Amino acid sequence: MTGTRGHTLDIVAVTHRYGAVTAVADVSLAVRAGEIVALLGPSGCGKTTLLRVVAGFVRPQAGSVRIDGAAIDGLPANLRNVGIVFQNYALFPHMTVAQNVAYGLEARGRPRAEVRRTVETFLDVVRLGDFRDRLPRQLSGGQQQRVALARALAVEPTVLLLDEPFNALDKGLRLDMQIEIKRLQRQFGLTAILVTHDQDEAMSVADRIAVMNHGRVEQFDTPVNVYDRPATLFVSGFVGTTNLLRGRALEAKNGCAVVTLDAGARLTVRTERAFTAGVPVVLSARPEQLCLYTAPAPERWSVTRRLSVPLGPNTMHDLETRDGATLKLIEPRHAYGVDAKEEVWCGLRPEAEPGLFDASSI
Amino acid sequence: MTTATAEIAAPAARRWSAALRPAEWQLVLPLALAYAAFFLVPLVLLILVSFFDDEKITTMGGAQWTKFLGDRFTWKVIADTLKLGVFTVAATSLIGVPVALVYLGASARWQGVILFVVILPLLTSVVVRTFAWIVILGREGVINQTVLWLGLSPAPLRLLQTEHGLVIALTQIEMPLLLLPLLSVMSRMDPNLRDASSALGASKWRTLFRVTLPLSLPGLVAGCMLVFASSTTAFISQLVIGGNRLVYLPLLIWQQSLVVYNWPLASAAALTLLVSVGLGVAAIAAVGRRGHAWALR
Ligand SMILES: Nc1ncnc2c1ncn2[C@@H]1O[C@H](COP(=O)(O)OP(=O)(O)OP(=O)(O)O)[C@@H](O)[C@H]1O
Ligand SMILES: [Mg+2]
Repeated sequence: MTGTRGHTLDIVAVTHRYGAVTAVADVSLAVRAGEIVALLGPSGCGKTTLLRVVAGFVRPQAGSVRIDGAAIDGLPANLRNVGIVFQNYALFPHMTVAQNVAYGLEARGRPRAEVRRTVETFLDVVRLGDFRDRLPRQLSGGQQQRVALARALAVEPTVLLLDEPFNALDKGLRLDMQIEIKRLQRQFGLTAILVTHDQDEAMSVADRIAVMNHGRVEQFDTPVNVYDRPATLFVSGFVGTTNLLRGRALEAKNGCAVVTLDAGARLTVRTERAFTAGVPVVLSARPEQLCLYTAPAPERWSVTRRLSVPLGPNTMHDLETRDGATLKLIEPRHAYGVDAKEEVWCGLRPEAEPGLFDASSI
Repeated sequence: MTTATAEIAAPAARRWSAALRPAEWQLVLPLALAYAAFFLVPLVLLILVSFFDDEKITTMGGAQWTKFLGDRFTWKVIADTLKLGVFTVAATSLIGVPVALVYLGASARWQGVILFVVILPLLTSVVVRTFAWIVILGREGVINQTVLWLGLSPAPLRLLQTEHGLVIALTQIEMPLLLLPLLSVMSRMDPNLRDASSALGASKWRTLFRVTLPLSLPGLVAGCMLVFASSTTAFISQLVIGGNRLVYLPLLIWQQSLVVYNWPLASAAALTLLVSVGLGVAAIAAVGRRGHAWALR
């Protein structure tokens, strides 16, 4: 179990096409040893294809995959020592739990006694010792998934690939398994890639998130940075909820930009990006970055409140701006007691750093 | 008054329609009746007829059975018939399994082509296919011309009216029966299983013998059963290619019933064919279960 510690995985400029469809376009990711990276993106953005490239099931048209710095492009899947857990688990239906876990060890020609010992160890690791003689179809979804994990881990892979492993599980079980995977990954110091299109899952399990769209990686960063400082408009919309406010940039200097919103306000926003004066921009503000006021002031725009619903300790307001855009706003519940028809004013919270993006690109 | 009658009549009518609505088991009646009329009744008749001593079917007794089963020729025919089935099953499996594996690995377009070629024989009449094989297997047939041209044999091979020739022809004729169940089981198999196997370090061959083949076994067993039952009873092919020199049970039945008009003996032969084919199919099923247990070991 020492062999699994500390392997780096480098995906270098990988491109893969299926006929005319470019499934993966020039993707580069450097995964550190012992790190768990989530591939997050909408359906069809190429997540599975990228995993299949790393596992060696498909040969990419361009690019290279390296483990500990050594290219493995020439190796067939069975010599790569990359563990994979499929979305549907892909347990061998004609073999018992123990035989499934033993499969990879036997394929490597390990002595019988060692195979038996290792199988026991890993069945204990996933807490399935009592189920060793059952067939996969006699197990629940969560148990099947733990067998798939044990089977992949038993051969001590250099890298563990997980393709939407929680998809088939209901919500409670999903959380348990997320914790379980995190625990095993820590225990073995595994380098892992987790494919998901569930942003909460990516946020809670991964050390870093690679957000993919149309075969490209739009941002590769920590969960906090992906959420707080989305690199692109797509990321800001895909990770978390956001409000898009259209407007124009007036000037940009000293890390600040002045924008006029179509909703009717002039704001100064902190941003590292440069904008030429007059370009259309989109301001992406999270619901919790906005604030409601009962009086007008500079940097506030008037909105009508359509609906307010309690959301745990918060209240979620559904608002409409003067130019017809809808906004979602979340703030701690307090006793304003403002009537639903009353006109209110919306502004950015003082500490908020909303994203500002060039809209001429969309 | 009419409305009053209608009101009284309505619940009664409802009760009637409920009574007339068939229960679920009744839905199977048409099939069950057809089965009884066209399968069970003839079978019972067949058994009855076989227990008459004379060809005119007047006196009952077991004389025909004693005569039939006491004849050493009968046992040779039974053995030849079963042997033909076994050879055909072996030959179709040896060719069919690799074809199925090629199908499994092929792209969608090629899978369509392979499937079409597999089904093609079913779209032509057995008689036509059998006569085509005469052209191929004959003294001046395609095979012999090739063999002579390649110098593999000094004289033309004798293929017609031999067991080899018959097995060759039956292999092609029965191939769809083996491949259709096999391909259907194989293509339903999750392709991720093979990927999972190789990701776990298994070579192509290990994946084939530990995953692909064991999981295709039910399809192979079903196909073998069909091929066995079909080739042992393939009267037309046996007669046209085997000729009178090769006697199998179907030919014996035909001679006794339509040439000699000894219906009791024909019935006994028919029942013997039924039982021996049934035993053969049961044996294949048993071997299949063994194989499955072996794969599970
Ligand atoms: N075997 C294939 N042949 C042709 N096109 C394919 C094949 N596999 C995937 N694609 C295409 O490649 C693109 C990426 O597919 P991929 O399966 O990698 O997406 P994904 O991100 O895993 O999506 P999902 O979240 O739905 O699983 C899609 O447009 C898909 O249609
Ligand atoms: Mg996928």
